[in-house]
Amino acid sequence: MFRIQRENLPGLYAAIAAESDLFLPVKAAGKTNYALWSPECQPDLDTLKTVKSPKDVFFPQSENLYTCQRDAGKLSVTPEKHRDTPFVVLGMKACDVRAVAVLDKVFLSAPVDTYYAARREMGTIVSLACGKPEASCFCGTFGIDCAAPEGDVATWLTEDFLYWNPQSEKGTALTGKLTALLEPCGEETVAREKDGIHAICQRLPLKELSLSNWGAEAARKNFDSPIWEELYHPCLACGTCTFVCPTCQCYDIKDFDTGSGVQRYRCWDSCMYSDFTMMAAGNNRTSQMQRFRQRFMHKLAYFPANYDGMFSCVGCGRCVDKCPSHLNIVKVIKAFEKEGK
Amino acid sequence: MMHECTCFPGFAHDVLVPQVGIITDIREETPDVKTFRVNAPGGGKLFEHLPGQCAMLCLPGVSEAMFSITSSPTNREYQEFSIKRCGELTNQLHSLQVGDEILIRGPYGNHFPVETELKGKNLLFIAGGIGLAPLRSVINYVLDNRDNYGTVDILYGSRSADDLVRRDEMETVWAKAKDVNVYMTIDRPQEGWEGHVGFVPAYLKEVGFDTNKVALLCGPPIMIKFCLQALEEMGFSKEQVYTTLELRMKCGIGKCGRCNIGTKYVCKDGPVFRFDQVDALPNEY
Repeated sequence: MFRIQRENLPGLYAAIAAESDLFLPVKAAGKTNYALWSPECQPDLDTLKTVKSPKDVFFPQSENLYTCQRDAGKLSVTPEKHRDTPFVVLGMKACDVRAVAVLDKVFLSAPVDTYYAARREMGTIVSLACGKPEASCFCGTFGIDCAAPEGDVATWLTEDFLYWNPQSEKGTALTGKLTALLEPCGEETVAREKDGIHAICQRLPLKELSLSNWGAEAARKNFDSPIWEELYHPCLACGTCTFVCPTCQCYDIKDFDTGSGVQRYRCWDSCMYSDFTMMAAGNNRTSQMQRFRQRFMHKLAYFPANYDGMFSCVGCGRCVDKCPSHLNIVKVIKAFEKEGK
Repeated sequence: MMHECTCFPGFAHDVLVPQVGIITDIREETPDVKTFRVNAPGGGKLFEHLPGQCAMLCLPGVSEAMFSITSSPTNREYQEFSIKRCGELTNQLHSLQVGDEILIRGPYGNHFPVETELKGKNLLFIAGGIGLAPLRSVINYVLDNRDNYGTVDILYGSRSADDLVRRDEMETVWAKAKDVNVYMTIDRPQEGWEGHVGFVPAYLKEVGFDTNKVALLCGPPIMIKFCLQALEEMGFSKEQVYTTLELRMKCGIGKCGRCNIGTKYVCKDGPVFRFDQVDALPNEY
């Protein structure tokens, strides 16, 4: 275990950024989101939840896949270069770190998505324990301990210090480069900090949320439930939930005409949109109820069926905070809880 | 081969990056269906495939979509795609000329189990309209490996005689092959047509096949529904009938999320499903 005084954090950021890109929560225009560190930016480790999750560090909202040139009728394809320089993402909460494990299941299963794999290979995750979990948090439902986050390095922020604990080879390597700034210390403060966080977790309103009606066996069972029809009405199909979600990974592939060629890029898409499944021959999900159902069935039943029981939700609560019509995964889980009783 | 260099952590080309293919032949099958022959720019095939597999055809600046490969893997020279004009991309594809280049990636998906569950069996092919495209790949594979299969019955229907895809191949090659029976039908009477008139499901019951067969069924959803009912009335079980599903696809590798139904991704786990497997899916296809 190591520690660094809070007032020396700018020096820590500069030291990391001297060796590699550093992404961390930055406050700009009143909102905190992950951004590339620069000496002028305003890092913000105190805001619990960034508006968007840090998933675009590994799976960018938009990225080029290849460029196609047409020269005298002949086509040529130049694949986009993979990320080949290291980077650090600092400040990721336990839920967002687990979300990367969810994305790994999708993108690193054969055939591997090499753009994503390159970023995973090059990235070092420095996580941060949640000092004050909020009312919309329910990571505990998914067995996540927000007081002891996964990641290459785990950190804890107190009033005076950032405590720093390497947890992997990558984490040890990063720590080795920062020894001039980090001082070794005991475990006592962090142990106390963890107890404090656990005490808050015990008082969270969503701590009793039960997934007993979900998982692989729900894949058929819950599909035909009348609950979907009752629940979906407020959904505006805006897609906000999918864009703030750290685990949503659906994407579109599109063309951008550069004038001298065509860039084929992928960008986040949303299963909430009516054209998501539309073909020339028709659409297999014509109602918002069907699209709403698909999102939650995928997260809570299909995904666990395909990936050893792992849910494609980490309880970060962003959709709970951001849905303009107060519709979210918690309401869905609770509705089916009643059903089961 | 595009797929050989994608293993992590090699980071060579991604499976989402296509190859360049050249159109070497275009055949007008019907007023709205053309068959395109595709080769590697230097000749030969771009990749190997199995009967029932698909590939993504892309026109840069237009879009990209999944099409079944209608030629048989036993064809050593080229791959063919029979494409019906029905949307933005297919309209543009229909304006291509021989010698034009396209982008292509694949093959994707599973295939008809020609070397396992279908081997040694009597086969009944039931196709409607452009639904012949995926089955043609299997039919020619079976005819090129004739000794490995029993009798072959092909029942094919379309809206009119002008809409029968590969009619000449059906009449001059398949109908004359050993132990192969071809049955053709069109929806409504038409001048010059002396064959059967009526919908495919009704014709199926009229001919009345025995159940010592495996059926492969492709066509519009409504035809599939009624053909399956007819087959069940004739005594076929769902385990004896195969079909292909078709949903919107973007990636082709089970990641972009579009073709997800239940726990399956049609691009990766399909497009070929046995009917008992289709029944296990939520009714969203």
